[in-house]
Amino acid sequence: MRLFRRRRGLVCRQAVALVTDYLDGALSRADHDRFEAHIADCPHCRTYLEQIRTTIALAGQVRPDDLDPQAQDELIALYRQWRAG
Amino acid sequence: MTGAGEVALLDRLRAGDEQAFVALVRQHHPAMVRLASVYVPNRDVAEEVVQEAWLGVVRGIEKFEGRSSLKTWLYRIVVNRARSAGVRERRETPADLSGPGEQAERFGSDGGWVDPPVPWTDHVDDRLTAVSLVDRVRHCLDRLPDVQRQVVTLRDIDGLTPGETCTVLGITEANQRVLLHRGRARLRGFLDVEMREG
Repeated sequence: MRLFRRRRGLVCRQAVALVTDYLDGALSRADHDRFEAHIADCPHCRTYLEQIRTTIALAGQVRPDDLDPQAQDELIALYRQWRAG
Repeated sequence: MTGAGEVALLDRLRAGDEQAFVALVRQHHPAMVRLASVYVPNRDVAEEVVQEAWLGVVRGIEKFEGRSSLKTWLYRIVVNRARSAGVRERRETPADLSGPGEQAERFGSDGGWVDPPVPWTDHVDDRLTAVSLVDRVRHCLDRLPDVQRQVVTLRDIDGLTPGETCTVLGITEANQRVLLHRGRARLRGFLDVEMREG
């Protein structure tokens, strides 16, 4: 039954489960093609994929806090101590 | 692999050049503190862990062969220190945050959407560049279960490859992908609420 369904193509639940593998280029050729065929036909899953891409892009803009000058001074002191030791 | 600029910097560090050390600290310290923060209870402890990690770096620099990227090596040292320092009380994680990426009830018995995603079309491009939205993502990240947060941080913020992420965290490629998938899905869900409340 499952095999039959796969041959026919993916259902939305399956497509959503494959999004991360798709974006990592980790799908087999056959699954990649099934995924793209599903996305081409399904506006909801297209929306979902787009939103995951947006989420990744936003996360990519998160920057760590700036280096605290005091932390830097402490590290340099630590380094000098280590060199002297 | 280690890049040419990094090789030169590491050579200078091996030769005892303090400026090389400072350059490395400036470049990597904030991200290392963020990574350590996942394992320890507060920022002060995270700073301590990363200080120790830097000592490990200068002591171990002779042993670094450049087979992995410098970032992977540094992060691996941080994770090891943080874990051994980490008699950490586990952060409270609401049970519903540990589930699969998308809840099964969003799909019908035929596998199609019952509750399909609503496009974020309105002003999304403006909002994408909004500092406030990036802040919200940072805040949402804190609400992810620890392991999901580690993987999403390394992959999507620090830009590590899947393989590097596995090396740093000591997890399998399959686990890495599941955690990333769930973490991103959860983040998307948080953002979805933000976009609608806009």
